[in-house]
Amino acid sequence: MIEYQTIEDAARKIMANAAIDIPPDYRQGIEDMAKWEQGELSCFVLQTMMDNWNAASEDRRPMCADTGLPRYYVKVGNDARLDCGFTGLERALRSATALATHDIPLRPNRVHPLWRTDHNNNVGINAPEIDWSFEPEADWIDITTVHKGGLFGTDYRMLFPGDGIDGIKRFYLDTLVAFGKRGLACQPAIIGIGLGGSKDTTMVLGKQAACLRVVGDRNPDPKIAELELELKKLGNSIGMGAMGFVGNAMVADCHIEVGYTHTGGMPMSVHAFCLSSRRATVRIHTDGKCEYRHDPQWFTPYMRRETVEWPIESQHEKRSG
Amino acid sequence: MADRKPARKTVRLKVPVEAADLADLEIGSVVYLDGVIYTAREGVYKKVLEEGASLPDGLAQLSNANFHCSPAAAIEADGSYSVGGVTATASFRFSKWMSAWLERSQARIIIGKGGMSAQDYRDILVPAGAIYLTTRGYGTGALLGRGIKGVSAVHWLGELGNAQAMWIFEVENFGPFIVESDLAGNSLFEQQSQMINANLEKLYAGLKKPALSRYGETDDRKDELI
Repeated sequence: MIEYQTIEDAARKIMANAAIDIPPDYRQGIEDMAKWEQGELSCFVLQTMMDNWNAASEDRRPMCADTGLPRYYVKVGNDARLDCGFTGLERALRSATALATHDIPLRPNRVHPLWRTDHNNNVGINAPEIDWSFEPEADWIDITTVHKGGLFGTDYRMLFPGDGIDGIKRFYLDTLVAFGKRGLACQPAIIGIGLGGSKDTTMVLGKQAACLRVVGDRNPDPKIAELELELKKLGNSIGMGAMGFVGNAMVADCHIEVGYTHTGGMPMSVHAFCLSSRRATVRIHTDGKCEYRHDPQWFTPYMRRETVEWPIESQHEKRSG
Repeated sequence: MADRKPARKTVRLKVPVEAADLADLEIGSVVYLDGVIYTAREGVYKKVLEEGASLPDGLAQLSNANFHCSPAAAIEADGSYSVGGVTATASFRFSKWMSAWLERSQARIIIGKGGMSAQDYRDILVPAGAIYLTTRGYGTGALLGRGIKGVSAVHWLGELGNAQAMWIFEVENFGPFIVESDLAGNSLFEQQSQMINANLEKLYAGLKKPALSRYGETDDRKDELI
């Protein structure tokens, strides 16, 4: 049985891990880019960012004062049991958000959209967001927190099958150029692309592709993996680097996630994570043991399943047996 | 990387600054600040310029550097403040208040993210004798946080909340910043964008337009959105 207090304590810890310690995959990605970046000012900015990550870890202070919109992604093992139930888990995550906001401290960013009411704790109506997914044959829960800026670097467009790969490339470039100017997107970033689904699904998939996959990870579909690499290269050929200065360091990696969509459409979203790509994950086991990591492992084979039955193999065995 | 580290001109300025301190600054130079700076953004601008609230007594004598920023800070039970990181926020959104604000506050340094348009520099900052500093990398909250030595006051905290309140910081070796716009209104971002724009036509070559256009769409990627 997983207990309420374990969840709240673990969530507080990942809030701090995300805010303070840059994920190692992203750090490596930027270190590699700094080696080939020719733009003098852009390279200068990358160097400062690396200094900043070191300062954050040494001082235990947030790497970026803009908390973004802190939120959670929860993956629940099908056999996980919680003493507080699922509404209890939601309460634990809200409580951890408020406590971490004061303790780290994080900037209270969440306000009412019209009345600008600020509870000074990053909690409010529909905040923090909690996205749920499930995993078969598991009794643990994974909780990932992501702190992503919320103003620039994201766009959505309804494309059509006839627009093809050209349409995808154009909209991708449009988004990078538009938000890359003056560095509003805080590039170089992990770029997430959502393709397909309904309009809201497109946005969700793109966001998750940017925030929940690590630098170097490839989509299991080899053709999509190839497109990811092609788009990464294209983004790094714009001629723009960090802060919109002349250079090439724009895309630390490109991740694409797809969902089956309307037969007449090809909706697309583009999301830029940022130079402070803040994510941290904990796996809470049924005995209360907590394992902390930076790779959310969100897109499991189960998440990307294509057919009715799961697992596919056992159904095959059932039929043949 | 390290062996290509540029020898940029680096300047330390004492705030409040005198007009003469700003005269020699060139775009692209690196600046660190000592003295007192304050945060003010839309919440404070509305309060002072639209609702008619008075500025804190002696603000102009205390500081003439306005940081577009909300700190990651908390108020402790004993009333003291703990400041973690500070990071700039995008300045172009505050354009409509800047002319009146510079006149009221006598600010001569604006610090923020992304700069403002070249026209804003010409029409607003240059006539007021003000320059614009951008943070070097926008997420450098921890580095900038190290430069904050104390909080001397926080104004309108209850009404505006932590993020929008006016925080008055004592700072030392606070930076690094880059001069984005000088007293003549030259802009580093504009200069850099012009060089990048030269490559854009080639980048899009051969990519056909989507079937459905969008309202207000422009095909001139040299256009800025701000």
